[in-house]
Amino acid sequence: MSTAADQLRAEAARRILVKDGAYGTEIQRRRLAEADYRGSFDLGRDQKGNNDLLNLTRPELVREIAQDFADAGADILATDSFNANRISQADYGAEGLVREINVAAARIIREVADAAEAKDGRRRWVAGAIGPTNKTLSLSPNVNDPGYREIDFDTLSDVYVEQIEGLVEGGADFALIETVFDTLNAKAAVHAAQRVEETIGRELPIMLSMTITDLSGRNLSGHSIEAFWASVRHARPLTVGLNCSFGAAQLRAHIAILSRIADTLVMAYPNAGLPNDLGEYDECAATTAAQVRSWTEQGIVNIVGGCCGTTPEHIKAIGETVSGYAPRRIPTPERRTLLAGIEPMILAA
Amino acid sequence: MASTAMSEFPEPEASSPALASSSFVNVGERTNVTGSAKFKKLIMADDYAAAVEVARQQVENGAQVIDVNMDEGLLDAEAAMTTFLKLIAAEPDIARVPIMIDSSKWTVIEAGLKCVSGKPIVNSISMKEGEEEFLRLARKVRGYGAAVVIMAFDEKGQADTRERKVEICARAYDLLVGDGFPPEDIIFDPNIFAIATGIDEHRRYAIDFIEACREIKQRCPHVHISGGLSNLSFSFRGNEPVRRAMHSIFLYHAIPAGLDMAIVNAGQLDVYDTIDPVLREACEDVILDRRDDATERLVTLAENYLGTDPAREKEAAEWRGWPVAKRLEHALVKGIDAFVVEDAEEARQAANRPIEVIEGPLMDGMNVVGDLFGSGKMFLPQVVKSARVMKKAVAHLIPFIEAEKEANGATQGKGRIVMATVKGDVHDIGKNIVGVVLQCNGFEVVDLGVMAPWQDILKAANDNKADMIGLSGLITPSLDEMVTVASEMQREGFTLPLLIGGATTSRVHTALRIEPAYEGPVIHVLDASRAVGVASALVSDTQREPLVERTRADYQEIREARARSGQNALASLDEARANGFAFDPAGKAPPPARPGVHHFGEWPLRELRASIDWTPFFRAWELAGNYPAILDDPIVGESARSLFRDAEAMLDRMIAEHWVVPKGAVGLWRCKREGDDVLILAGNDWTRVPFLRQQVKKREGRANFCLADFIDPEGEDWIGGFAVGIHGLEPHLARFKAENDDYSDILLKALADRLAESFAEVLHAHVRDSIWGYSPDEHLTNAELIRERYEGIRPAPGYPACPDHSLKRVLFGMLGGEPAGVTLTDNFAMLPTSAVSGFYFGHRDSQYFGVARIGRDQLEDYAARREVSLEEAERWLRPNLD
Repeated sequence: MSTAADQLRAEAARRILVKDGAYGTEIQRRRLAEADYRGSFDLGRDQKGNNDLLNLTRPELVREIAQDFADAGADILATDSFNANRISQADYGAEGLVREINVAAARIIREVADAAEAKDGRRRWVAGAIGPTNKTLSLSPNVNDPGYREIDFDTLSDVYVEQIEGLVEGGADFALIETVFDTLNAKAAVHAAQRVEETIGRELPIMLSMTITDLSGRNLSGHSIEAFWASVRHARPLTVGLNCSFGAAQLRAHIAILSRIADTLVMAYPNAGLPNDLGEYDECAATTAAQVRSWTEQGIVNIVGGCCGTTPEHIKAIGETVSGYAPRRIPTPERRTLLAGIEPMILAA
Repeated sequence: MASTAMSEFPEPEASSPALASSSFVNVGERTNVTGSAKFKKLIMADDYAAAVEVARQQVENGAQVIDVNMDEGLLDAEAAMTTFLKLIAAEPDIARVPIMIDSSKWTVIEAGLKCVSGKPIVNSISMKEGEEEFLRLARKVRGYGAAVVIMAFDEKGQADTRERKVEICARAYDLLVGDGFPPEDIIFDPNIFAIATGIDEHRRYAIDFIEACREIKQRCPHVHISGGLSNLSFSFRGNEPVRRAMHSIFLYHAIPAGLDMAIVNAGQLDVYDTIDPVLREACEDVILDRRDDATERLVTLAENYLGTDPAREKEAAEWRGWPVAKRLEHALVKGIDAFVVEDAEEARQAANRPIEVIEGPLMDGMNVVGDLFGSGKMFLPQVVKSARVMKKAVAHLIPFIEAEKEANGATQGKGRIVMATVKGDVHDIGKNIVGVVLQCNGFEVVDLGVMAPWQDILKAANDNKADMIGLSGLITPSLDEMVTVASEMQREGFTLPLLIGGATTSRVHTALRIEPAYEGPVIHVLDASRAVGVASALVSDTQREPLVERTRADYQEIREARARSGQNALASLDEARANGFAFDPAGKAPPPARPGVHHFGEWPLRELRASIDWTPFFRAWELAGNYPAILDDPIVGESARSLFRDAEAMLDRMIAEHWVVPKGAVGLWRCKREGDDVLILAGNDWTRVPFLRQQVKKREGRANFCLADFIDPEGEDWIGGFAVGIHGLEPHLARFKAENDDYSDILLKALADRLAESFAEVLHAHVRDSIWGYSPDEHLTNAELIRERYEGIRPAPGYPACPDHSLKRVLFGMLGGEPAGVTLTDNFAMLPTSAVSGFYFGHRDSQYFGVARIGRDQLEDYAARREVSLEEAERWLRPNLD
């Protein structure tokens, strides 16, 4: 039996695959009260906005959103676990529930994916979503003490191990390390995934997705997309790409660069444009889909989907738009030594 | 290969041929505490802000990668590496280039890998500990996503010839690539060594490197090659123009052969075509080994390029203008040997007789030195340096003196002393120091060297009409040997004074054992600074008797006091055993990760250097104080600093020119306890190792310790053994001897001793965290290591916890006969002399103690367990008997 990763690669060779959209937007739309989030837990803090906790307190709601995305045509369904790590959950006093949340988050999506596959025979994949946490390994929060860090590599690696173990136990196929604003945080997550692989005794494919925080195309730790690729290539990720950031229009040039150098699948899932003054995304499904089409016309992506502000409607539009286009062909770049500071450096043989 | 950045990347400085070529990466070397004194000072002073500026300048000056190294014994290297990397991460104009994380310690490298957000280079790992460990580290490097420098170093040592370089790199390549390591992330460092050293084996080092580059590139697709350039020109330290030329010319030839990057100061390279053609050709001859006399020619030529330091030149010029007698005195007091032969010759021509130069200006100078030493204004290292100057002058004058000897009698020295390290012992640093100091003070020294049997000593004393005999020894069996010499002197009717010295000797032992054996004067001499006073008194008509009488009275008193005071009561052996140290099963170390015997054909010197415990080094030179405080000591600080500088310079050469080879062996074996014996399963045989138990009666609550107490009395347990030795000193010592250079001779031996001790410490740490592996997460600084802040001990046979030197034979047997190439003398001294051996105990509660005095009952019991005669046991354990 071939693995989930092999199957994904085989399918991606035939067509452009579609990833789902954002949980945040869908949950927001449902206008939940604090009590909906809290459920029966007494955590001593206001739980409003703790979307990850809904996996335990309102599993049917998470299932419903996932089902909507599946119905909209998504091949890859992510878990609702972006902040389900000990650091982010500590803000809600919910760090004791991290493992449970992740197990539940993966189990819900696994069930949706398996049910959808049973219905139409088309494989769906479950990507365990892993956010960057709200701490950074590369930057000091204190301008007067540039050597200070709020957290260290080993601690962060442990935090990620806990989350990833939960996701794997719940049935996730892949570890989706997304919205990477700090490359070193991502390296800690990769390190954690390697540790989990050792424990479970099999491969755990990784999907890596950087986010760009300024228009020159760098993330918060200063890496351009090429430098990022040089720094994480050792993870031999199943996919690499970009998410969140700005809208699809601003991402195109950076995806094009990545497409040339990455010898693996490229996945990109933009926001629905930029948020308005109220923090809401106005870009309609057709607009986002049209932007994404410009990527597929150039043949620079293998998997597309949506991030902040995208709804099942957006995903459906994106899926329909890209369906006729051929997927990007994975290049076999010349073997060269890639090094990186913030800038990339190539030592060609 | 091309080093091109995908985004903007600074063009390297166009002024240098190597850098102007886009095919060469220049790795900045200034952020390396082992390579930059300035950077080291900043880091030691915790001035990280200025240290960050050093990194910035490097990048501004065109470094495309920066090498960061914090391997300094006094630093917590992990903390320093972490702090520095985090700080430069905050500087975008530094952080834009890749980092080379450079350390000989994996823990430091790993700490660095956890701080670097880009893709760095690890520098370095090697196969020195075998394939398994090599692959383990390589997998970790790969897990962190770094490229790696692989040193051409294997179980047998560092690759020096072309064949070895290629063989090791090819083997490493096959292993790594077979294990899934990306070949493009491999960077080989096939070792650039110093050339033009005057040693024949070094002649092909450069050309072998260049040829190896070519073969490695062919044999191992996609790899890169790097090297540390500064080693190459080590022989020309202080001669920048020649060094620059050598580096530039080397790169000119090595880059086309495949050298891709080098750790180099970019500012220190010249354009090939602009190098003076004469110098260029001479350098090329040396680098390509094109002529037999290439080295001599370059050395001669190099003189022309020397000396561009105006301050030093002025000072130099000044004293060179003084009258010759004053110049000789200055040279002696300052220990400058550069001009002494020409000055001695000038003085000889001005004198009526050559001997007058010695008796006049040279002795006057030495008297100044003697006075300064006597009044505590000058210290031993300087005195030994002065002696070197004196010896060189005398060596020049001797042929002239010999030539006119028929007219006159022999020179009348102050006195003549026969000195020797006794039979079975090989340690002579202390004896040599005393010899030098005595020579400085006008004594004639007949040095019989080491392992001198009593027959030779007595014969030499007779033949030379000696005024006294001096004996030295370091290991405890030498004490007995000294008694033998004294007895034989008595038997043969000698009357001349016998001086006793050496680390193991004492006034008490001399009084109790040696003096009663010989009716002539016997005097224990504590250290070199006392030797002159004692020897001078013994040849003086007026001072001799008072000194001899006083000493006799002192020793008599010691003996009487000893008899009066009685000794601590001894428990019976049974009582002592009943009061043994209780074994706590909870503190038992787990079984070793890698049992059996492990050999280390060569351990990197650089690593040992970083862990040197310097305090005993200064003590060997009779400079009191702890390192590093001693360097700032108001009294001995200046002397200590000067000695330390010389030591560092010699270490630099030892490393760059590959003078010595540290070898080691470790065994970890299954064992079981049987009373005070430990039965050890080494190979297929059980070896019985009996240990001694403290027998002096203890206070309530204090145990009578025995090393066997740290082994599980119930079930199976584990024990270890080790030996390390520093090999290869002999040719260098021979050279120093030929050059009348006692200073360098003693310095090298003292450093080799420190390296051996450092090796024992480093190896023990490696055993704890890896080979045995019971403390995998121990992160100790060198200071903590020196204070032994770790679990487990490594007691050595011949030392207080295990006083029987003869157990070394048993230990060596289990380690395979001659572990680490170390052999034993009849009295169980180790050869080479800079060697350490011992047992490993891993139990948490294991600790050092002294066996001290034991009873007759234990002696008999031990002899039976050890399967030797009572006499033999008595001989090895005499210091522990009544």
